[in-house]
Amino acid sequence: MRRWVPPLVLLALLVGIWELVVRATHTPDYLFPAPPAVARSLGSDAGLLTRAALVTLREVLLGYLLAVAAALVIAVALHVSGVLRRALLPLLVLSQTVPTVLLAPILAILLGYGIEPKLIVVAIVCFFPIVVNAVDGLRSADPELIRMMRTLHGDRLDIFRRVEWPGALPAIFSGARVAATYAAVGAVFAEWAGSSSGLGFVILQAQPALATSRIFAAVLVLSALALALYWLVSLVERILVPWHA
Amino acid sequence: MQTITAQRTGIAVDGVVRVLGGRPVLDGVDLWVPEHGRVGIVGRSGSGKSTLLSLIAGLDAPDAGSISVGLGDCALMPQRDCLLPWRSALDNACLALENRGLSRSDARRRALPLFARLGLGGSERLLPAKLSGGMRQRVAFARTLLADKPVLLLDEPFGALDAITRTELQQWLSGALADEPRTVLLVTHDVEEALLLCDRVLVLARGRFVADLEVDVPRSIADPAFVELRERALEAIA
Repeated sequence: MRRWVPPLVLLALLVGIWELVVRATHTPDYLFPAPPAVARSLGSDAGLLTRAALVTLREVLLGYLLAVAAALVIAVALHVSGVLRRALLPLLVLSQTVPTVLLAPILAILLGYGIEPKLIVVAIVCFFPIVVNAVDGLRSADPELIRMMRTLHGDRLDIFRRVEWPGALPAIFSGARVAATYAAVGAVFAEWAGSSSGLGFVILQAQPALATSRIFAAVLVLSALALALYWLVSLVERILVPWHA
Repeated sequence: MQTITAQRTGIAVDGVVRVLGGRPVLDGVDLWVPEHGRVGIVGRSGSGKSTLLSLIAGLDAPDAGSISVGLGDCALMPQRDCLLPWRSALDNACLALENRGLSRSDARRRALPLFARLGLGGSERLLPAKLSGGMRQRVAFARTLLADKPVLLLDEPFGALDAITRTELQQWLSGALADEPRTVLLVTHDVEEALLLCDRVLVLARGRFVADLEVDVPRSIADPAFVELRERALEAIA
C-alpha cells in the first residue's frame, strides 16, 4: 500500500496546479476544462463512455494478444535462423518508420470499418518492442549454461526449452509492458481512421461540439485502460517469472 | 591395451596442442587416467587447466594431438555452478535426465535418493537464489552425477566457496566418490585440495606438465609426508 502513496500525492499536486492555473486565467471549460468539469463529464457521460470503453478495450486486448503471438513466433524464427534474422530484422526496423497515422486510414480503406483494421493497427504498434526484446533475450543466454547443457545430453531443442526460452522471459516481459502502454494509443489512431464507436470515436465527435470536458474524460478512461493492461501484464509476469523479482 | 581401456572408461590425452590468440595454451600435453582413477591437475590461473578440460569434454577441438575418451562419456562440472535460476534445486539436478527424455516426475523420482544422500533433503523445491553457496555446489554435483557418465571432469568445483564450506565439501566429495566410483579429473589451483582428493597430481605450467606426483601419503594436512609432497607441488608451480 505504501508504494502507492508517492505517485498519488504527486498526482493530487498536479491536479491541484491544473485547477489553480485554469481558475487564475479564467479559461472557459470548452478551451481547457478544470478538473471538476472533467469529473462532471465522467458522471453525466458515464453510459456513453462505458459503451465506448468496452469497444476500445476489445480492440486493445485482441490486438495486443495478436501482437504478442506474432512477435513471439517471429522472434523464435529469427533466433533459430541466422539467415532469416539478417534478412528480416532490418525490414522490421524499417516498417517501424512508417507512421501509424498514415497506415490506419489505408487499412480502413482496405478492410472497412469493422474491428479487423483496428486489431491490425494495435498489433503493429505493439509488435515491435516485444519482438526486439524477445530476440535480444533469446540471444543473451549465458554461453556457459549452453555448454553445460551440451555436456548433459542436451540437444538444440532442450537448450531452447530449458535455457534460452526461460532466460528470455524477463526481456520478453519488458517488451510486453512497453507494448501494453502503446496499445490504447494505437486503438485511438485506428478509430480516428474510420469507426462509429469507441473512445477514439467519442473524442473525434466531441471536437466539433467543443465538448472539451468529454474529450478529457475519454482520455482519462483511455489512460485507465492502458494502466490496467500494464498492470495485468505485470501480474502475469510475476506469476510466470517468479525467479526474477 | 591402454587405449582400448581408455575408450571404455578412462581418459587418454596424447600430445595435445591448443593455440588461443596466437599463444600455445597447451603445448604437447600427455595424460592418462585409468578407470576409476582420480587425477588432479594443479597450476596457476591461465596455465591451460580449464582449456584442457573443455577439450576432453568435447566442447573444443585441439590444434594437434589426440584425445581418447568415449564420445559423450564426460560430464563436466563447470567452475561456476551454472544452476538455472528458474528451476528448483531438484529440477536443476534432473536436467540431464529430462534431456534424455524422462518425464519430469520420473526424473524427480530418480534424483530424489541421491539428493538425500548429498545432504540436500528438504531443499528440493527451493530456487537456486535461496540456496547457500555450498548447497548450490552440491546441487551442481548432483546434476553432474545424474548425467550418468563414467568420467567426471571437475573444474574448480569449490573455487567460489569460503574455507570452512570448502573443507566440508572436500570431505563430502571424497566420501561421495567412495560410494559412487567414477573416473575423475579434478582441476584446481589449490594444491592441498588436489592432494586430499586424488591418487595422482599433475602440475601444469606454461602449457606442459612439469611434475607428476603419486599421492602415496596419508591424507592429512598435518602429516610430514603430506607436507613434503605439497612443498614439491608448490615448487613445481613456481
